[in-house]
Amino acid sequence: MPAVSKGDGMRGLAVFISDIRNCKSKEAEIKRINKELANIRSKFKGDKALDGYSKKKYVCKLLFIFLLGHDIDFGHMEAVNLLSSNKYTEKQIGYLFISVLVNSNSELIRLINNAIKNDLSSRNPTFMCLALHCIANVGSREMAEAFAGEIPRILVAGDTMDSVKQSAALCLLRLYKTSPDLVLMGEWTSRVVHLLNDQHMGVVTAAISLITCLSQKNPDEFKTCVSLAVSRLSRIVSSASTDLQDYTYYFVPAPWLSCKLLRLLQCYPPPEDGAVKGRLVECLETILNKAQEPPKSKKVQHSNAKNAILFEAISLIIHYDSEPNLLVRACNQLGQFLQHRETNLRYLALESMCTLASSEFSHEAVKTHIETVINALKTERDVSVRQRAADLLYAMCDRSNAKQIVAEMLSYLETADYSIREEMVLKVAILAEKYAVDYSWYVDTILNLIRIAGDYVSEEVWYRVIQIVINRDDVQGYAAKTVFEALQAPACHENMVKVGGYILGEFGNLIAGDPRSSPLVQFNLLHSKFHLCSVPTRALLLSAYIKFINLFPETKSTIQEVLRSDSQIRNSDVELQQRAVEYLKLSSIASTDVLATVLEEMPPFPERESSILAKLKKKKGPGAVSNHLLKTRKACLTDIKGISTPSPSADLLGLRAGPPVTAAAPSAGSLLVDVFSEAGVNDDGFLRFVCKNNGVLFENQLLQIGIKSEYRQNLGRMYLFYGNKTSVQFVTFTTTLNVQAKPVEPLIEGGAQVQQVINIECLTDFSDAPLLNIKFRYGGALQNLTLKLPVTINKFFQPTEMASHDFFQRWKQLSLPQQEAQKIFKANHAMDTEVLKAKLLGLGMALLENVDPNPENFVCAGVIQTKAQQVGSLLRLEPNAQAQMYRLTVRSSKDTVSKRLCELLAEQF
Amino acid sequence: MIGGLFIYNHKGEVLISRVYRDDIGRNAVDAFRVNVIHARQQVRSPVTNFARTSFFHVKRSNIWLAAVTKQNVNAAMVFEFLYKMCDVMTAYFSKISEENIKNNFVLIYELLDEILDFGYPQNSETGALKTFITQQGIKSQHHTKEEQSQITSQVTGQIGWRREGIKYRRNELFLDVLESVNLLMSPQGQVLSAHVSGRVVMKSYLSGMPECKFGMNDKIVIDKQGKGGTTDDSGKSGKQSIAIDDCTFHQCVRLSKFDSERSISFIPPDGEYELMRYRTTKDIILPFRVIPLVREVGRTKLEVKVVIKSNFKPSLLAQKIEVRIPTPLNTSGVQVICMKGKAKYKASENAIVWKIKRMAGMKESQISAEIELLPTNDKKKWARPPISMNFEVPFAPSGLKVRYLKVFEPKLNYSDHDVIKWVRYIGRSGIYETRC
Repeated sequence: MPAVSKGDGMRGLAVFISDIRNCKSKEAEIKRINKELANIRSKFKGDKALDGYSKKKYVCKLLFIFLLGHDIDFGHMEAVNLLSSNKYTEKQIGYLFISVLVNSNSELIRLINNAIKNDLSSRNPTFMCLALHCIANVGSREMAEAFAGEIPRILVAGDTMDSVKQSAALCLLRLYKTSPDLVLMGEWTSRVVHLLNDQHMGVVTAAISLITCLSQKNPDEFKTCVSLAVSRLSRIVSSASTDLQDYTYYFVPAPWLSCKLLRLLQCYPPPEDGAVKGRLVECLETILNKAQEPPKSKKVQHSNAKNAILFEAISLIIHYDSEPNLLVRACNQLGQFLQHRETNLRYLALESMCTLASSEFSHEAVKTHIETVINALKTERDVSVRQRAADLLYAMCDRSNAKQIVAEMLSYLETADYSIREEMVLKVAILAEKYAVDYSWYVDTILNLIRIAGDYVSEEVWYRVIQIVINRDDVQGYAAKTVFEALQAPACHENMVKVGGYILGEFGNLIAGDPRSSPLVQFNLLHSKFHLCSVPTRALLLSAYIKFINLFPETKSTIQEVLRSDSQIRNSDVELQQRAVEYLKLSSIASTDVLATVLEEMPPFPERESSILAKLKKKKGPGAVSNHLLKTRKACLTDIKGISTPSPSADLLGLRAGPPVTAAAPSAGSLLVDVFSEAGVNDDGFLRFVCKNNGVLFENQLLQIGIKSEYRQNLGRMYLFYGNKTSVQFVTFTTTLNVQAKPVEPLIEGGAQVQQVINIECLTDFSDAPLLNIKFRYGGALQNLTLKLPVTINKFFQPTEMASHDFFQRWKQLSLPQQEAQKIFKANHAMDTEVLKAKLLGLGMALLENVDPNPENFVCAGVIQTKAQQVGSLLRLEPNAQAQMYRLTVRSSKDTVSKRLCELLAEQF
Repeated sequence: MIGGLFIYNHKGEVLISRVYRDDIGRNAVDAFRVNVIHARQQVRSPVTNFARTSFFHVKRSNIWLAAVTKQNVNAAMVFEFLYKMCDVMTAYFSKISEENIKNNFVLIYELLDEILDFGYPQNSETGALKTFITQQGIKSQHHTKEEQSQITSQVTGQIGWRREGIKYRRNELFLDVLESVNLLMSPQGQVLSAHVSGRVVMKSYLSGMPECKFGMNDKIVIDKQGKGGTTDDSGKSGKQSIAIDDCTFHQCVRLSKFDSERSISFIPPDGEYELMRYRTTKDIILPFRVIPLVREVGRTKLEVKVVIKSNFKPSLLAQKIEVRIPTPLNTSGVQVICMKGKAKYKASENAIVWKIKRMAGMKESQISAEIELLPTNDKKKWARPPISMNFEVPFAPSGLKVRYLKVFEPKLNYSDHDVIKWVRYIGRSGIYETRC
């Protein structure tokens, strides 16, 4: 660089700047600037030509005025003139002015381009550098058009100076970022890649930034850079700290270059060549080893540089995800950082561990640090680190530690920062749902969640609880009991009231047997919260009340009274008023039958991706989503592998966190087909429908079949809902049934649902259920599925109420040995009286109270209606709580009926 | 009510800080500095609101006065108070400047204690204040004990602005009608907006407790008298009456009497005070007419010719005339030729300033200028800001005339005829602009 000559002090500029600095007020400053501008204008306008020095001085002043925030609309021409000067300082100021002030659509751009071209073709390296810097600073499309062809030539030319090469590489990078279509590497590719072998470390550093950017766009063309990068890296890593002289930073050899190399390698899969791979693994091991060595300096710069390389290496290891040994070592290294006193290190360690947790090799290793992480969550002072700790806990959670982690997160929630509470709540909700082994735990957790952090529980979370409770009949009773207890707290959150209202409205009957939670008590409890709630909650509660009228006729008068009160029927809110009026009329006009139909239990929800998960994804932004999806997909696939025969747990799987819709694209299809073919005739869903008319009959990754059915005497109608859970359409969808059925639409769009109606008439008693065969094409593969339709003889029951002596009289009448069928069996489920009652009611017979001398026993009576005849049936169920056994006796006028009923029922309890 | 009052210098340093209420904390001081004085964009609104705190500010040269409150106060009242405060300070130490404020800070705190009590404005009459707030240069005129004891009764009494027992050898009265005329005119000479805001300022040196009555050619009064039946008067003065749009009075004026009879009667304070303020918008006499002519010759030259015509009686003389002709932002040189006065291109203000010391009525004068422009690559057209003017004329552009000013002092033995009265009219330019 030429030395600054003596006359270049620019005293006028210094005076001007000090004048501005001394101005007392803004007005004075503006006055001074106006004066100076007028002076410059008259100078530029003046007849006699200005010499280079004064031109430079005035351009400098203009630049200064511009930087103070004033508009400059002249002087560009003078600046362009400066470009052609031969003095370094004048040229520099000219370029500076142009990079700062020239906008791309200026008329002068042609002149500027010309000047730049001249400088680029000059042999003077400083001028070349100035020109390249100007191109990079402006970085406009016009610049790219003019110079995109020229710069690569400079970059790879053998005689170019190193400093120019560096500038050229970075300039090209800038142009590539603004207009990638104009920068075509083509023939230069291999020569640019070979810059990695350059002698000069600066050139390599600059080039690698360019190569990284280019290879992200077209990785194949730059594939050769992998082996070069590996060898370069190994040379740096193995060098002693003194080898690289200028490029050694606090005893760490070329840390920036190492980081960039490692980052470049992250653009590619692990090298296939064994030798290269071996060398790379060696490098990574060396880096991990070096981390263990005692530091060569106490300076923070030394450890920063060292750790930067280490973290980059770890993210490369995570990216490869193929070396269990390295992954575990990386995890251990991060584990050490977890307790480091440097906050940034803890943060980075937690962040990297989050990604490590998703790798199958290191997941277990990450899990060993659970205590430390939990401790970090509790004691960390920095909120962002706590946030990472929470993320990591979420990431490392699996079935084995779900309970612990969820409990810890729940307890932390009480003291958590407000900013992360909502996210924490979502995470707890998702984990609880995803890893719920028994759903009573799930219900407990969520209700706890609402209790602790009700304000942060979004709508989605409590919708989800209700969906799950409705879809799973084994937790309904428990859920009802739990919410009932939760509502008894003197102050409970509005979300709790919402959940409580909904669940008690649907399943309050399951706990109504207990005098402590009798219908009236339930109602009073709900109504005590009514006045403290917002309008939407009140509306929900009103709906719950009308459901109560259906469930418990004895509450009718009380509830009608409430509905009739002025505060409801004349409520200023239209929605509430309308509900009150309509419900009141409905309850007073409609017959019990109509009421029962209208207010029937809610049909199960179609399974879809958990809305909570969707919300969390939205919160996290796209980057986190893909990561997360990847993880869920992995988890799902391994689970599917593990299950060979359909069992109750397969159903659990279906309910879990929402199978990733996008992940189940055709690539995953082949795996899923296996599950199908193994299934054979699927009667798992079948038995569940003995006592129940609505629900999900079948579900897998592709398809969900829901059922809704209704029966009257010997006639029945069944709606089948075929839901396509993927984003791809099913073609040639056909169903065949050995009963007459309306044809179904041959095509199911991705995500859509079609409905099929089947009319059923019972001609005579039967024991075999009709078979439904479903065929369709999904992503080219033919799918075949056979299901038993849940049509059983008990569906055609007509309940018969009778008194005690009537019952025993008929019981005795049916005393022929073939008329009786008896079975003694072990209980499959808990012996809960309420659940048993609900099931027996669902069977369709009338449950007769106070008939059997033993109050533990249940007796039922009903008539099966077929077209040919009517078959009266009596049933007696004697539970033995101590032995966990049941004795079931069925007597009916036809022997086949007794046998079939006995078989069906034996599976239910 | 006002919670606190701060005075800042141009750098935003606090010179005076007086907090009257607890709801105003120290941070309010900084909030105003950060958000108004040091704001990135210039704050043009005189009322600003941060963190539920309102700041009312006025600026005098380089000094900022800010009244702060958290309550919903009457903003007009606060500004009235701030202006009054400026008047009081000017009366005590002439110019409001950083230097003067620093030198008189004890006095200012004393004044602030007196004129604001718990944020409620109190007596801010300079004359009254000077009787008992006596720092430095101002010496108390009342040394005897009796006189000092009188102060309390006077300040708390019904006529707080005047004390008893004033005696002058010569009873004198000065009355100034000060008006500022505002105008915006189109290049073709069409008046786009015009109004006059005026003040009647008095200086009275009268003995005893005189009762004064002030009369002017207010249209309502004249019309009323015309109807009343004094036949010879109505025909003459009916033409010259003016319509006053709105007016405000000094506290000494009896408003009840003004409301019922529209007569302005009062017991005057001693010394200088502002009797009333008013505004008129109809039948304004425009003292000067500006006729601009701008011609753009190519891209690099601009020719400007401006003619001014005086439009009042030839016997009167206008003074301190200044015409300001804005120049484009890319002006690189200016040549000016004018017959009268001096003209100069001021680069720091981007304008040609033409000054004439004196000009009689019904005359005209002319200036022509050639402006050279530097070609710029900016396509923005010059916005042509209006030509503005400053002047001072010895009449009231609104047409206001003082008809009488009567003085009655029943207790002492001097009559209206013994009082020497001086009346003066001064018309100044406010914002007096003509588009070109």
